Amino acid sequence: MPKDSGIGASSKRREDVRFLTGAGNYTDDINVHGQAYVHFLRSDIAHGRITNIDTSAAEGMPGVVKVFTGKDFEGVGGMPCGWEVTDRHGAPMQEPPHPILAQGKVRHVGDPIAAVVADSLALARDAAEAIEVDIEELPAVLDMKAAAQDGATLVHDDLKNNICYDWHLGEEDNDKVNEVFANAAHVTTLDLVNNRLVANPMEPRVAVAEYSRGTDEYTLYTTSQNPHVIRLLMCAFVLGLPEHKVRVVAPDVGGGFGTKIFHYAEEAFCTFAAKACNRPVKWTSSRSEAFMSDAHGRDHVTTIELALDAENNFTGLRTNTHANLGAYLSTFSSSVPTWLHGTLMAGNYKTPVIQVNVRAMFTNTVPVDAYRGAGRPEATFQLERVIDKAARELGVDPIALRRQNFITQFPYDTPVALTYDTGDYNGTMDKLEAAADLSGFAARRAQSEANGKLRGLGVNCYIEACGIAPSNIVGMLGARAGLYDAATVRVNATGSISVMVGAHSHGQGHETAFPQVVADMIGIDESMVEIVHGDTSKIPFGMGTYGSRSLAVCGSAMVKATEKVIDKAKKIAAHLLEASEADIELKDGQFSVAGTDKSVAWGDVTLTAYVPHNYPLEVEPGLEETAFYDPANFTFPAGAYACEVEVDPETGQVSIEKFTAADDFGNIVNPMIVDGQVHGGIGQGIGQALLENCAYDENGQLLSASFMDYAMPRADDLPFYEVDHSSQTPCTHNPLGVKGCGEAGAIGSPPAVVNAVLDALNSGGKAVDHIDMPMSPSRVWTAMHS
Amino acid sequence: MYNFDFEKPSTIADAVAALAGEDAQALGGGQTLIPTLKQRLAAPSTLVSVSGIAEMKGVCVEDDGSVAIGGATTHADVAADAASSYPALAALAGQIGDPAVRNRGTIGGSVANNDPAACYPAGVLGSGATIVTNTRQIAADDFFQGMFTTALEEGEIITSVRFPVPQAASYQKFLQPASRFALVGVYLARFADGVRVAATGASEDGVFRWSEAEEALNKEFRTDALLGLHINPMNMIGDLHGSKEYRAHLVSVMTKRAVEACS
Repeated sequence: MPKDSGIGASSKRREDVRFLTGAGNYTDDINVHGQAYVHFLRSDIAHGRITNIDTSAAEGMPGVVKVFTGKDFEGVGGMPCGWEVTDRHGAPMQEPPHPILAQGKVRHVGDPIAAVVADSLALARDAAEAIEVDIEELPAVLDMKAAAQDGATLVHDDLKNNICYDWHLGEEDNDKVNEVFANAAHVTTLDLVNNRLVANPMEPRVAVAEYSRGTDEYTLYTTSQNPHVIRLLMCAFVLGLPEHKVRVVAPDVGGGFGTKIFHYAEEAFCTFAAKACNRPVKWTSSRSEAFMSDAHGRDHVTTIELALDAENNFTGLRTNTHANLGAYLSTFSSSVPTWLHGTLMAGNYKTPVIQVNVRAMFTNTVPVDAYRGAGRPEATFQLERVIDKAARELGVDPIALRRQNFITQFPYDTPVALTYDTGDYNGTMDKLEAAADLSGFAARRAQSEANGKLRGLGVNCYIEACGIAPSNIVGMLGARAGLYDAATVRVNATGSISVMVGAHSHGQGHETAFPQVVADMIGIDESMVEIVHGDTSKIPFGMGTYGSRSLAVCGSAMVKATEKVIDKAKKIAAHLLEASEADIELKDGQFSVAGTDKSVAWGDVTLTAYVPHNYPLEVEPGLEETAFYDPANFTFPAGAYACEVEVDPETGQVSIEKFTAADDFGNIVNPMIVDGQVHGGIGQGIGQALLENCAYDENGQLLSASFMDYAMPRADDLPFYEVDHSSQTPCTHNPLGVKGCGEAGAIGSPPAVVNAVLDALNSGGKAVDHIDMPMSPSRVWTAMHS
Repeated sequence: MYNFDFEKPSTIADAVAALAGEDAQALGGGQTLIPTLKQRLAAPSTLVSVSGIAEMKGVCVEDDGSVAIGGATTHADVAADAASSYPALAALAGQIGDPAVRNRGTIGGSVANNDPAACYPAGVLGSGATIVTNTRQIAADDFFQGMFTTALEEGEIITSVRFPVPQAASYQKFLQPASRFALVGVYLARFADGVRVAATGASEDGVFRWSEAEEALNKEFRTDALLGLHINPMNMIGDLHGSKEYRAHLVSVMTKRAVEACS
């Protein structure tokens, strides 16, 4: 029976009422009395030396408050990178400075050169046009392999080359890896590209900063997934401000997808300028600016090799990847191609020998960082594509080949540094086969062929490491931050509860799902519990929302804090009931003495905590507890996806006819929200597979710089999905047994789509091994006719 | 956007007078011009909106059976009001952009702009329509003169477009995945005296007639007549969304589908 409240209930998303009725409060809705507006003058050249900037005319323009250039930020810190990766030789990565405004050189189209603060945005733009900038253009560094060559033009003149790091994971002994491949009965090799993406959240980035001369305090309102992280980075590394004088607020945020994790120059600029101008300062990104200043995602070029023995057991896997970091290191960019990618190369399979090689490259492009899935989609795509190619080469069923190589014993130590605590990959595949009606595929293919279309079926598995992360482990791996989270459960006198959480909800439904947990633990109505998030002045120091971590990490802190509250409330109840604390039971919001009919209601206990007239002397008044939670391990959501496509052989047009997801997320708090998260993730994965392509020309100009050329998925590009999450192996090390569901769809779906299209083409008698994403009609048609 | 003056005359004569000013520019539905202004890529001194001119709006059937559409008529109105008099053209209008675009954008604005991927130029050229301005009448074959270039003089306003109604017609549009303009769109119209085939989206010279296909279909109106006919890819558009060869191929496929739809 589906539950109608508490853990496991599909409670409707309470936040949607305000979002859908226009009552949300987004950063751009915030206007501070007397605010001025910023316009950034951005480079339209990909790579060049700034020889002169003359702002004198601009400074005299009407309404101009102040004009800033890189010179104003000499002596101010640059944008920091939060993760130091150590290369294969033990040396730290090359870490070039990333100034708030360009100093000396511009390094990508969109690099901010100057900023005008003026009374209105139009006046700021007028003045920006009056700034004279002379740039000596340099060759743009774009191709990653060419950028790695000796003598290549340097993106950063002070670095020894364009390679941020040359990194490796897994088997170090090349001879051993070579031997595995030499002894293989079959080797499948695949070259592939994981296409560069732009996240394009519906709400562009915004920053509003104000400064009080009276108190020397700053407030920054910003579109962030993690306000405490922004405050720490900006205060400690960029502007040198005391954290207690800075409040960072991330109100309603209209989609993040990773690209709002990072600390951006515009946030630091507005905070700095608010004091320098002694006026509140506001910046709202235009969509055009977003394309050239929001961190991009993906952009890997990989060769992957899979070795199999005569029985088709996987015996070895070797990858060589070039990962594009763009012109500067964004906040977590260095971790994505390494610890969030290499560690996932085992996938769901017991491959004994794995070697991952990654060269991370600086190029004259927008910085690349985490985007929904962050490294894990890149890993999954390579692995699931090479397995599919191997199955085709060997003439074996791709599902059987996967099943044969599944990990079945847990815990399982992979050759690439992870320990999977639990899973049931065969069980999840069983669910997929049933939910996707795979046995009916042949009939559906025949029907499509009768209509002149090719039909293909693509299946793949995925695993991801979520709930990032044990702080001690990520610290060893180079993280410059801890990755715990925190929650404060504040019970009010009348029994309602405010829960202040470090996680940030920007589409995930925390305001609904988190109260379900607390209400369920106490046995009260969900409406009595409210989540407070997104304001450093209100919440405990939390690390925010990304990596499908909110419920697994912050939710665990919330459970711990709630347990502390319940423990204390039991002491009070025991006093009121004149019973031993050990005999007090809490059920349905009633404290009772075991084995008796004596009870006291939740509300009476909470009121007593704040009106402690009749109260145990040894217990402090009040009912409020905080817990910090640092996970013991990652969580490992896993699943199996099936996609069916039709391909129009005349045009190469692909249409997705059926998409089925079987996921194991462990325990589930709100099935409806989980469905929605999977739907959204699949939508983005299909977008990557068929539509989205962030492309530069040979001069470093962004070709897909607007929605006229960057194809976002729309409703009619997507099918209705079948989502099954009845395969549930609870996480073994967090109190709720949850794993996280936010990224799965985006990780698991691209290979399913590509595998399906290739299956369709091959069914039509055309041997096509691979087509790079996005599989536009043009690319599919070209592959069919080459 | 830069500052500009705005005028909204209610007669064609007043609009023509307003457009005589230096750097004045006509504004139809603004679906191209307004984004251009927002990006500060144009700086007209005066915008003269034609949306208040009643005599430039609406769809009507003339005595000779042709369908006349006022230059300021929105795509949504054409889709609805030409549905019975010229269904293929109404269907074309109904496929432009999205509802917001269709309720602002106008036929006159689209035709005057002559975007190489716009739908209307294919419909106008494929129908052999006549562009009526405040000063003259221009045959479609003379009107479109290459990408974003037309026969219009400075200050000249498209007051209406007059379409002869064919026996059968079809617009086959293959979407550019991002913009959903036509990656290739083919408008085929079959008249008693011959077939016209016009393609948009494909050529660097903008909308064009595929005369070889017209000749072949005039001899025999069936898809087999097109076998062996190919567009030379040389002058086709090649970009992120499709190579020259792909666009050339799509012209053939869309033409074939238009023939099927008209058969």
